[in-house]
Parts: sequence; C-alpha cells; structure tokens
Amino acid sequence: MTLVATAPVAKRRTLIRIPFTLVFGGTIIALSTVVAFFPSLFAPYDPVAMDYNALLQAPTIAHPFGTDSFGRDVLSRVIHAYTVDMQIAVFATLFPFVFGTFIGALVGYAGGWVNALFGRVVDAIITFPFLVLVIAIVAVLGPGLINMYVAVSVVGWVFYARLVATEVQVQKRLDYADSGRAMGYRPLRIIFLHLLPNAITPALVYWMTDMALAILLGSSLGYLGLGAQPPIAEWGVQIADGKNFMNTAWWISVFPGVAIVVTGLGFSLVGDGLAELLRTKK
Amino acid sequence: MLLIPYIFRRILQLIPTFAFIIIVVFILVRLLPGDPASAILGDRAIDANVDRINHELGLDQPVFVQFLVFVKSIATGNLGNSIVLKIPVVDLIAQRMPVTLMLTLMAAIIALILALPLAFLAALQRDKLADNAIRGVFQVGLSMPVFYLGIILLTVFGAGLGWFPVGGYGEGFLDHVHHLILPALTLALSLAAILMRNLRAAIIGVVGAEYVDFARAKGLRPRLIMIRHVLRNALISTVTLFGLSIGTLLGGAVITETVFAIPGAGRLMIDSIYGRDYPVVQGMTLALAVCVSLTFLLTDIVQAYLDPRVAR
Amino acid sequence: MTPALEVRNLTTGFKTANGWVTAVKDVGFDVMPGEVVGLVGESGSGKSVTLHSILRLVHAPGIVEGSVKWQGRDLMTMSERELRKVRGGEIAMIFQEPMTALNPVLPVGIQIEENLSAHTALDSRQRAARARELMDLVGIPEAARRLKDYPHQFSGGMRQRVMIAIALASGPKLLLADEPTTALDVTIQDQILKLILDLRDELQMGVVLVTHDLGVVAATCDRMAVMYAGRIVETGTVVDVFAEPHHAYTRGLLGSVPRGGAGRTMLLSIEGTPPGLASIPPGCAFNPRCTFATDICRKETPMLAEFAPAHLVACHHHREVAAAGSPVA
Repeated sequence: MTLVATAPVAKRRTLIRIPFTLVFGGTIIALSTVVAFFPSLFAPYDPVAMDYNALLQAPTIAHPFGTDSFGRDVLSRVIHAYTVDMQIAVFATLFPFVFGTFIGALVGYAGGWVNALFGRVVDAIITFPFLVLVIAIVAVLGPGLINMYVAVSVVGWVFYARLVATEVQVQKRLDYADSGRAMGYRPLRIIFLHLLPNAITPALVYWMTDMALAILLGSSLGYLGLGAQPPIAEWGVQIADGKNFMNTAWWISVFPGVAIVVTGLGFSLVGDGLAELLRTKK
Repeated sequence: MLLIPYIFRRILQLIPTFAFIIIVVFILVRLLPGDPASAILGDRAIDANVDRINHELGLDQPVFVQFLVFVKSIATGNLGNSIVLKIPVVDLIAQRMPVTLMLTLMAAIIALILALPLAFLAALQRDKLADNAIRGVFQVGLSMPVFYLGIILLTVFGAGLGWFPVGGYGEGFLDHVHHLILPALTLALSLAAILMRNLRAAIIGVVGAEYVDFARAKGLRPRLIMIRHVLRNALISTVTLFGLSIGTLLGGAVITETVFAIPGAGRLMIDSIYGRDYPVVQGMTLALAVCVSLTFLLTDIVQAYLDPRVAR
Repeated sequence: MTPALEVRNLTTGFKTANGWVTAVKDVGFDVMPGEVVGLVGESGSGKSVTLHSILRLVHAPGIVEGSVKWQGRDLMTMSERELRKVRGGEIAMIFQEPMTALNPVLPVGIQIEENLSAHTALDSRQRAARARELMDLVGIPEAARRLKDYPHQFSGGMRQRVMIAIALASGPKLLLADEPTTALDVTIQDQILKLILDLRDELQMGVVLVTHDLGVVAATCDRMAVMYAGRIVETGTVVDVFAEPHHAYTRGLLGSVPRGGAGRTMLLSIEGTPPGLASIPPGCAFNPRCTFATDICRKETPMLAEFAPAHLVACHHHREVAAAGSPVA
C-alpha cells in the first residue's frame, strides 16, 4: 500500500453576511427603543400641555407636526407615544411567546393523542377571528392597556405553541434526539436543553412579526377607545382624535400613522432578516 | 375519484366542530359580566323586576337546562330576541350578515386581483427592481393599520375627490358596491400583501423544482409549463393561506365597518358586546363561526381538488 | 458511420458569490446511433451538468459554451423553438429521482399525453391509446387503469418506469439518463437497466448513461467516458478501458469496486476527496491524489489525446499507469 499525499485543505473565511433587512430594521428598532426610554429628551413640548392660542395649527418650525384641537404639540405626542406603543409591542407578545413556547415544546414532544387533541383545540380557536375575541375579552374586563395585554395573551399563545410543537416534532425525529434518549437523559432535559434551542427559531422569527402585529392591534384598540385611555398619548388614540379633522387638520392623524408604519416596518424587517440569517447559517 | 369520499368525510367532520362551537359560544356568553336585567332596567333595577326579567330570559334555570334550551332553540332556528332592539336575533343577523359578507367577498376579490399577477411578476423578476418595488410597497401596506388606511382613503377619494361616498351602505345592489369599494380596498391591502408574499415564494419554489426541468426537457412550450405545472402547484399553499385568512379578514371588517359607518355584522357584534345584549352576541358569534367553518371546508375541498395527495 | 451526437468543447460555468465556477470544462465525446455511452464519475464531477448542458437546460446564472451537434445541427446555436422540438421529440432525458421529477398533482396519463401533444400530430383518442401502449411497453401492469393515477400512487421502481414512458413517448433517438438507477433498490436497478436496453433495441435509440457505478457501466455500456472535476480524463470502449486503464483515477475507480469470487484482495481506495469546483488545483486536477504525479502534473494540465484507436486519455504519465495493470483484469 503506497502512501498518497492528501489534498491541501484550502482555508476559507466564512463571512456571515448580515442581511440588509436586519441592519435596516434593527436600526429603526434601536432608535425607537431609545426614544421610548427617553422621550423627554426628544420631545420639544409636554405632550399634555394645551396651548389655547395654537389650536389646530398647520406644521410650522415651532410645531413641526402641527397642533391638535387642544393645542397640544403633535410631534411631542407622537414621541411620547413611542413609550406606550413600544411597551405594547413587548408586553402583548412576551407572555404568549414564553408560555406558548413552553406548552408547544411539551405537546410536540409528547406527540400522539396529546398533539392531535391540541391540534383540534387550535383549529377551534382560530375559527374565531382574533380581533373579535380580543375585543370581547376587553369588553368583559373593561378598557385599558393591562386588560388588553391579558386579552391578547389568553388567545395569542396558541400560535407560538403550534409553531414550536410542529418544530419539536421534526427535531424529535433527528438523530441527536435519539442519541439523547439512548444516553438515558430525562425527557425534560432533552426537550428543553437539546430540542428547544433548535426548535425555537420559527417562534423567534414569528415573535418579531408579532410585535409589529401587536402595535397594529394596540393602536386599533386605542382607536376604538378600548386600549390606552386618553389623555395618554398613543398613536391609535391620536389618530382617533384627529379623524374628524382630516379635511382641515390632516396632520393630527397622519403623523402618528406614519410612526406606526415605520415602527411596524422595523419589526417586520428584523423578523425577515432574522429568518434569512438563520436560514443561511444552516 | 377520491375527491367525493374526501368531501363527505370533511362534511362529517363539521358535526363535532359545530358542536364544539355551540358549547364555546354558550360558555363565552355566560362569562360576560353584568346581567342583562340590570342593563335593560337601568335605574329601575329593583330586585323584583330583575327577577322577573331573569325569569323571562330563562336565566334563573340551572346552567345545564339553559344549555339544552339553547341547543333546542338553535335547532328550531329561534335565537331569541335582541334585548336592546327588541327584534328577533335571526332578523338582525339576516340584515347585517349579508353586508359583511359582501364586504369580505369584495375585499377577497380585490386582494386576489392585486396579489396574483404581482406575485408572478415579482417571482419571475426575482431580486430585480420590479420584485423589490413590489415587495417594498406591500411591506408598507402590511405595516399600515386598517383604520389608518381607511380614513386616508376616505379623505382622499371620498371627501376630497368625491369619487366615492363617505361611508354608509346605500340603496340597491350597484349602490352597495359603490359604497363598499373603498372599505373593501382598505381591507384587501393587508390580505393582498400576505397572499403576494406566499405566492411569490411558492412560485420561486416551484420554478426551481425538478418537475419543471423535466417538463422543459420534454420540449413543452413555456406558457404551457407556466400554467399547468408552475401555477397550479404554486397555488396550492396560497389557497390554504387564503382560507385561513378569512378570520383576519373578518376581524379587519369590524374596524372597517366602524371607520366607514357600514351597518354590518362586525359593528353589530361590538355594539352588542358593550350593550350586554346576550342573545345577539350569542347568535352573531354562532353565525360568524359557522361562516368561517364553511370557508375552511371550502378551502380544504379546493385544496384537495388541486392537490390529490391531500385526499389520501 | 457518423456520430448521432457530437459534443465538442462543452464548457459550463456558474457565477457564484465566490466568483466564477466551472462545472464542466472542455468536454467532448461522441455517441453513435444505437450506442450506449457511460459517463462515469463521483458526485460533483460534472456529469449531471453535462447532460443538462447538452439540452440547454442549465439555469441562469449558468453559461454554456461549445458545440453540441445532433444529427448535424448544432443545438447551441438553435433557436428556442427549434430546440423545443428536439427536446422530448428527438432527445429525451430522464432524471435520478422520479418522485421529484414528476409533477405530483397531475395524473401520469396527462404527463405522457402532453409529450405526445407537443411532438406528434395524434388526436386525443390516439394519444390516450398511445399512452396506454407506452405504459405496457415499460412493464406497468393494468396500464389502462393506472393512467389516471398520480405519481405518489406508484412504487419507486414503477415510478421510474413511468418516467421512462413519459420521456420516450414520442420515440426519441437519444436518451440522456441521469443516474436512473441510483435511487432504486439493487433488484429494481437490474430491471430498469434491462428495460432501457430493451427500449434501446426496439427504438434504435442511443443512450448516454450517467452513473457513478462501474458495475452498471460494465453491464450496459458499449463505450465509456470518465469525468473528474469537470473534465473528461479517459474515454474508450468499456472492454478496452476495463482491460487497460490509462488514467490513475480510472484505475482507482475500477479498483474500488468489490468483486465476489476469486481470492481476497485489498480494495484500492483513492486517498483524499475530489476538489470543490471553486478550488481546483493547478495543472492536472487529480494530481494531489495521484500516486504517479510528478512536477509537470502540478504545472501543466494534460489534454485529452488519442493514443490508441478510439482510446483517449488526459494524463502525462498514462503509460506508467497502464503498466501498473488493471484491477479488474
């Protein structure tokens, strides 16, 4: 047997290209977070201060976004609303994400009839329109932000649970899960230390888009008078304030809407970018 | 044809689903706090009167009996009377439901008209200018709240340009359509965005599939390949998504009806929840859930028709 | 006799994130009418891309250059419409995995008939009849009933037969078979190969059979071409090449096939792995793994040259290789 020289291994730097969507979206979210934490640094006026000499004024240098029917500076209100709406994005999604992932992992691992039953329950729940359910629950509990969080959490965890359950089922069949079982690891350990880190990816990506959806939902409820209550500055509430003045003072409603779109875009882009990044990493 | 037994099976599956819906509706409504008696009587809510109203509404019976009464009344098509409006619930539903259904149907059609061709264009021009522009516009559309888009469209095209009426429903079929165009457009945008994204991904997936290569190797004309091989396969997942999105559409309809002052089922629902109008909430929820279930059924059947692997 | 298919200087490259990658370089071979030519090599050697390139099925951003003369006409310079007539009508191609090559949502009868619609003038009743005939021809029982079935309703071997029926519907004169048996059980493999050979006889068809399995080559091919890293390194009749391989890679391939009977001998294995297409070493691509390699091999790429009638090799030291003998002689 003669010895043969082995081919030299070419050294290649694997650059993980960070997707543009992630960068762009991440910047928007980072800026939004800063504004949310320190609104007073950015807002020129107090959001609830009324100036009766400057009612319904069009955008000027003094008031770049104009003023509303109470003489409040729209720009300052939009900025202060960042705190509320970013909070909504986080609090309306955090519990569903954590709880849903937890349940989903258990159900997915259990498989069999547990998973089948869970599937039917999910099917039944999604037969009812999400928004209608949330409104119904808020109507039961009374308007307000906290109640809105409760309402969303009661229904929202289901989507995460379904995602994670499906993914855990897939992971469960892969080799490394078998080897875990072969080594006699306890199921809980396998589920949470081994399977879940791999299975959580779709739930993480969904969480980002869910935050964008949460802002839409929160502002919708604010618009309907069921979410944040005046005089709290929240974008949906502001849009409702201005809806009767669309012909005369369009700025009251339009600018808060822009903020919703931009922030929502930020979260969606982060979600897309994250999905792309995790896809290429595989 | 494997399709017929599949349809049959799915229709049978509706029975447990409907049973479940009935139970859930019953429970949900009983959970609403505040009793209807106080709501009706207001200041005159002294105990004797409250008891009388409760007896009239059958609320003093044990829960189990109430449930049986409920099921019986559904079976006989009697859903009670609205506490607030004093007319039969079925009449109310008959009045309002078609409005919402028409709005939803129009929105669905508009969404399809927008999404289908643009998804094709985007997929075939992948990563080029057309693709990025289309995806960008739809991405913005997705991030826009329904009520925001609604009032903007209303202001620009309704009050401003005067092309469309500023809300309301109108008289006569064509007038209805005229009134519903703006609201339907508002509703359609986010659905179109979701459909477009899904269909585009499906087309890209299919175009790269081996059976498309095989079809090309057979020397088939490109248009034939596009229609028979690419489109049909790509539509499968989008059809499913379309069906599942009905729930979102109905949710959006609630808001749209509020913005455009349309006398539909969505608004009735919200008003009734606030007014503690049990019978209406019950009846409406039932009707909505049944509609959604039927839509799911229809979607499943269409999917089974397109994709024979489902009917196995 | 003139070759039915003449491939010359076929080169296919792809633009990737890391630059230009050449999957097929300067490939040339002939196929006589009715002949079975085996195209052998490991995965990544470019055999599949070669077949796709012949019919111009390579996806953008791939670019194909060179000339492919089919019955005197150059496929590379033909218009799309002309080429579509050749595809399926005169040259057919079958793929490795029938489950992904057949449209899952169309009945197989339709998939056969669309081939007939595109290339023949049969009316719909005649097409249906011909489809039935074809299913019989490839050995599918209850052909008439099974025309309405979908691909997933057939077993693996039956699906491959269906794919062959679809591909050969219009009576082509050349079959490009991309690893048609690799995804099948060994017992089914034999049946499919036999089917291909029978069809070759009946339809007087040439076959280019891409495979990595030398056993298949030995059993079915008249001539063979060995590919490595996108180039052809040796071609000749199967008998000649098996008896006297002139390239170290061919020798390695022959030696790595386990054989029953006879005494126990060491299995020759080739150290190392084939280079990624983006990092092909200079000179002869095989030199890092070749026991016969010298300095010139690392500097100068050997050209494919004929040293004996109809036996070509691309190697600087092919005589030494031949002298080392054939592992299967």
